[in-house]
Amino acid sequence: MNAGAKEFNEAARRNTADLRQRDRIQKALAGYYLKREDYQNRFPDWAGARDLAAEIKREAINHLDRYLDEFASRLEARGTKVFWAPDGQAARDYIVGVARQHKVRSIIKSKSMTAEEIHLNDALEQAGFEVVESDLGEFIVQLRREPPYHIVFPAMHLTRQQISDLFHDRLGSEPTNNPEDLTMIARRIMRRKYCEADLGISGANFAIAETGMISITENEGNARLTTSLPKIHVALVGIEKVLPKLSDLALFLPMLATAGAGQPITCYNTLYGGPRQPGESDGPEEFHVVLLDNRRTELLADAEQRDALHCIRCGACLNVCPVFKNIGGHSYGTTYQGPIGSVITPHLRGLQDWKHLSQASSLCGACSQTCPVKIDLHHHLLHNRRYAVRLRPAPVENCLQAGLAFVMCRPRLYALAARLARIAQPLSRLVEGTVLDPLRAWTKTRSLPPMAVKSFHQLWQERKKS
Amino acid sequence: MKITLFIPCFVDQFYPQVGMGIVQVLERLGHSVDYPEAQTCCGQPAFNAGYWDEARAVAERQMTIFRDAEAVVIASGSCGAMVQVYYPELFRHHPREKEARTLAAKTFEFSDFLVSQLRVVDVGARFPARATFHDGCHALRELGLKKPPRQLLQHVRGLELVEMPEAETCCGFGGTFAVKFPMISTAMGEVKCSSIADTGAEYVISNDSSCLMQIRGILDRQGRSTKTLHLAEVLAQT
Repeated sequence: MNAGAKEFNEAARRNTADLRQRDRIQKALAGYYLKREDYQNRFPDWAGARDLAAEIKREAINHLDRYLDEFASRLEARGTKVFWAPDGQAARDYIVGVARQHKVRSIIKSKSMTAEEIHLNDALEQAGFEVVESDLGEFIVQLRREPPYHIVFPAMHLTRQQISDLFHDRLGSEPTNNPEDLTMIARRIMRRKYCEADLGISGANFAIAETGMISITENEGNARLTTSLPKIHVALVGIEKVLPKLSDLALFLPMLATAGAGQPITCYNTLYGGPRQPGESDGPEEFHVVLLDNRRTELLADAEQRDALHCIRCGACLNVCPVFKNIGGHSYGTTYQGPIGSVITPHLRGLQDWKHLSQASSLCGACSQTCPVKIDLHHHLLHNRRYAVRLRPAPVENCLQAGLAFVMCRPRLYALAARLARIAQPLSRLVEGTVLDPLRAWTKTRSLPPMAVKSFHQLWQERKKS
Repeated sequence: MKITLFIPCFVDQFYPQVGMGIVQVLERLGHSVDYPEAQTCCGQPAFNAGYWDEARAVAERQMTIFRDAEAVVIASGSCGAMVQVYYPELFRHHPREKEARTLAAKTFEFSDFLVSQLRVVDVGARFPARATFHDGCHALRELGLKKPPRQLLQHVRGLELVEMPEAETCCGFGGTFAVKFPMISTAMGEVKCSSIADTGAEYVISNDSSCLMQIRGILDRQGRSTKTLHLAEVLAQT
């Protein structure tokens, strides 16, 4: 077992033993389920909407080269600087370069999982820049120096009390359990930061090829301030975020809000098409769009799994995933948690190191059923398992699987093996649950049924004779 | 109709009464049942673990055995999904692809077969008890069988069916997942079992014995008295 798999197992063991956290996540999501269902039902045809969304993303991803060119050239025509970053290093270097070149003093940043993916904050801080997260949840986890727990709800694992304690310790505020008071504490700090910051960094929810614009959807208004008050705006955009037409947003904005947060539409939806134009009174003087590949094109080259690039990062697959709900977001050790993370992380960061995530699933399929853009998530986990076996089969499991197949291809050997197992059964009962028990992975927490006295084969034969 | 039974390996060895229940119900409805004795396993353990060559070898055997069957009734939603959904995928661009598709098309999970093929919802069963139904994920999502088992249970005399809030949530079994990640599997099972217990049902019924093995295993350790039964065992009661 590699180090990543070991760490995952330990974290999963620790977090599944934390009953209070498991309970908190279940409760936090209970409200989401009701609201999501309600707003999903307000779509004239949710199933049809999913079909259409999947079709639009398929078109965008299958012709990504064309749409990205269109997107970039329209942005450039309005004076935006577009940088094509082949990997995280290139993107970090470029953004740090922009900050250095302008000698910025303070950076404000709105929520971006793509920035988490390339550890942008670490790079900026190492280069001597202060970065403040302006999304409330992100601000909280930044203060705790931990990664987001969930791609949409970064601080969902924390109680109000914990947040109050955190603010008290780190910001010196008075303890309070009132969510509005807690928000006001963060808001007072952020307002000052918005005014001080000379560089604003954002992600993007969608990149519209037709008009050369990025779309950002949010509930707090922080992204608007982050992108419009500082004199420079840098948007980091994964290349898969492209949508062909502006009108596609009419479907994708309500769909993202519904699937992601159980909302009809998010409070603020903004399009950004360039820096301040001549005659305009506000907006950034410079606008940079960094288009990030970071091995997305490798996924694109895989015809079987390409649809994983359809993902709009709504987090719905996490919300319905029984594995996520029981182990929590931090167990994964990835930027993207839950089913989508388990599907794409092996592609983005190496199969050998991350294949355990594809194995850590009961393949229940709740993710695929809920995905608004119809990514066949649990089938991709199956495919990843097959790739992993091809890449480097595990010796013990290899023998077991080969042996099992050998037996199952020989009915008489199968019957003999079953008979031997019945004889050996009382022995295994003697050691049940102890370290000597070969089945202790099961019996440690679960009772094991005895084998039937007679198999169906035997019962059938007796029946035939009588 | 001539019906051929596919009794998956773990039902054969651990839950033969489920297979016998299916035989009883089908015969009660006036059908003759055949059971080719050379059958073993559908190949799902290898397939799910990524060992597709091994899975194909096992699947090919079953394809040969069931070649001449008119209709195949399978005693598990999970193994049913393996044959119906995954055999065609496993044999894509393989010389036996057509055969895999043919077997997939004539294979039915037990409750699906009764309702969609025999068009029966009342099999004349009687089982006076309060029970809740657990949807096996494969039957529910791969095969889309939310309704058939419930339609059948609603016609069982004396049976009071109460839905649990987490009916569609996975029990955490997931084949080798249950032993590769026992802590996650058990946690998922605990959520399921609390949901079952909250209904106050005496029985939890499912169309998948593998889920029931997981549920039973955890209920036992929790010291709960709720009993587990396969749908076929309930429908066989008169």
